[in-house]
Amino acid sequence: MIEPAERLAIRFTVNGREVAREVTARRSLADFLREDLMLTGTHVGCEHGVCGACTVLVEGRSARSCLLFAVQLDGATVTTIEGLTPPEGLSPLQQAFCHTHAMQCGFCTPGMIVVTTELLEKNPAPTTDEIRESLAGQLCMCTGYVNIVRAVEQAAATARNATGEAA
Amino acid sequence: MKPAPFRYARPHTLADAVELLSAGDTDVKILAGGQSLVPMLNLRLLRPAVVVDLNGVPGLDRIAPDPAGGLTIGALVRHAELMAAPLVVERAPLLAEAARHIGHPAIRHRGTLGGSLAHADPAAELPAALVALDARFVLQGRKGTRTVLATEFFQGLLTTALGPDEILVEVQVPRQGPGWGFAEVVRRSGDFALAGVIAVVRGKPGPAVRCDFARLVGFGVGDRPVRFRAAEDILTSEHAELSIARAAAAVTCDPPDDVHASADYRRHLARVLAEDVLGQALERSGARRRP
Repeated sequence: MIEPAERLAIRFTVNGREVAREVTARRSLADFLREDLMLTGTHVGCEHGVCGACTVLVEGRSARSCLLFAVQLDGATVTTIEGLTPPEGLSPLQQAFCHTHAMQCGFCTPGMIVVTTELLEKNPAPTTDEIRESLAGQLCMCTGYVNIVRAVEQAAATARNATGEAA
Repeated sequence: MKPAPFRYARPHTLADAVELLSAGDTDVKILAGGQSLVPMLNLRLLRPAVVVDLNGVPGLDRIAPDPAGGLTIGALVRHAELMAAPLVVERAPLLAEAARHIGHPAIRHRGTLGGSLAHADPAAELPAALVALDARFVLQGRKGTRTVLATEFFQGLLTTALGPDEILVEVQVPRQGPGWGFAEVVRRSGDFALAGVIAVVRGKPGPAVRCDFARLVGFGVGDRPVRFRAAEDILTSEHAELSIARAAAAVTCDPPDDVHASADYRRHLARVLAEDVLGQALERSGARRRP
């Protein structure tokens, strides 16, 4: 039988890079990313799954990194905001956030980008309602959400026009 | 906001998981999706000595049809799967609808059916849906498995029939039939319901029939999913359509009274939503034409 342990060795892939570390069982994925891997783009807000700031992709699907323990990720693939950002410059969605002033303090923005990247991958032409639904679990205390919705609409339209031109 | 230290194990068989639960007298918690457990750990409302992660046990995430037209659903099936799996949508559309109302996509990607049931939040959607469907829960313990009716599984606020060495492994959902309704009132999208009601009815289609089976179940209106039995009796003993208003009026419950809503308001919601879901259910079953 497997003995429960307080420290465990884990190995998983973060943003395409394999990571092997020893962690305490209670280390959240959010803290592991920020403090052990120095990937501080993932923000920690409420630490109990309400605010959405710490959202990352696990196996390509959005998940709250404050509600996961790093030990659970052994063998998994994780993508953070750093992994969604190109080596040079910004992704088209990130650019759209800049153009539409979809952030003020910017604390919620990484989580917003993660969930809307996921949305646009599944649904390249979302309706305003679908965009709002995808953002419903992400709290923003500054913007009132209007410009965030606009950013996602703009990014989707730009992507569609680009595909249209290419075709 | 960090959990107290604990020891962690990720067994690869159910037998090992059960063994870990019953090893010694330490306080053990099962981790499935973690969407209720981890907030409680982070807030230190719980301080288990050991956390047993079920996600290493294969086979608990299956959805399988049964020959009688029902479904067997593994405890580790995520809410996102429940919402979208063609088998669920076809055979138990009520469950798919209930899952859609849980939290947000990121929560539904992780949260599990078994976790929601074992946590037994009285305002949660899935426990009420499974009570309304007369589902059975399969519990695996050291001495083997036993099957418990959903109504008997929920015993009070966050309290279930699960023994200390038992794991909820599977849910057996009988054939649902076409007559069902779901409605809830929430303050914000994704919140637990202030109040919600679910109806499941069966009867021969036609305008002047009685239901031979009726379940009317409230959530957020008591310490567990609440069956409105007086209302169910009216539905099965009178002309189905004409009985809706009388059945809804017969809804009684003892809801919580808190900062979000008064007990009176929740009781009012339960009656209004009961009427709404019974209308939905009879319409879907063909016993009532669209108004």
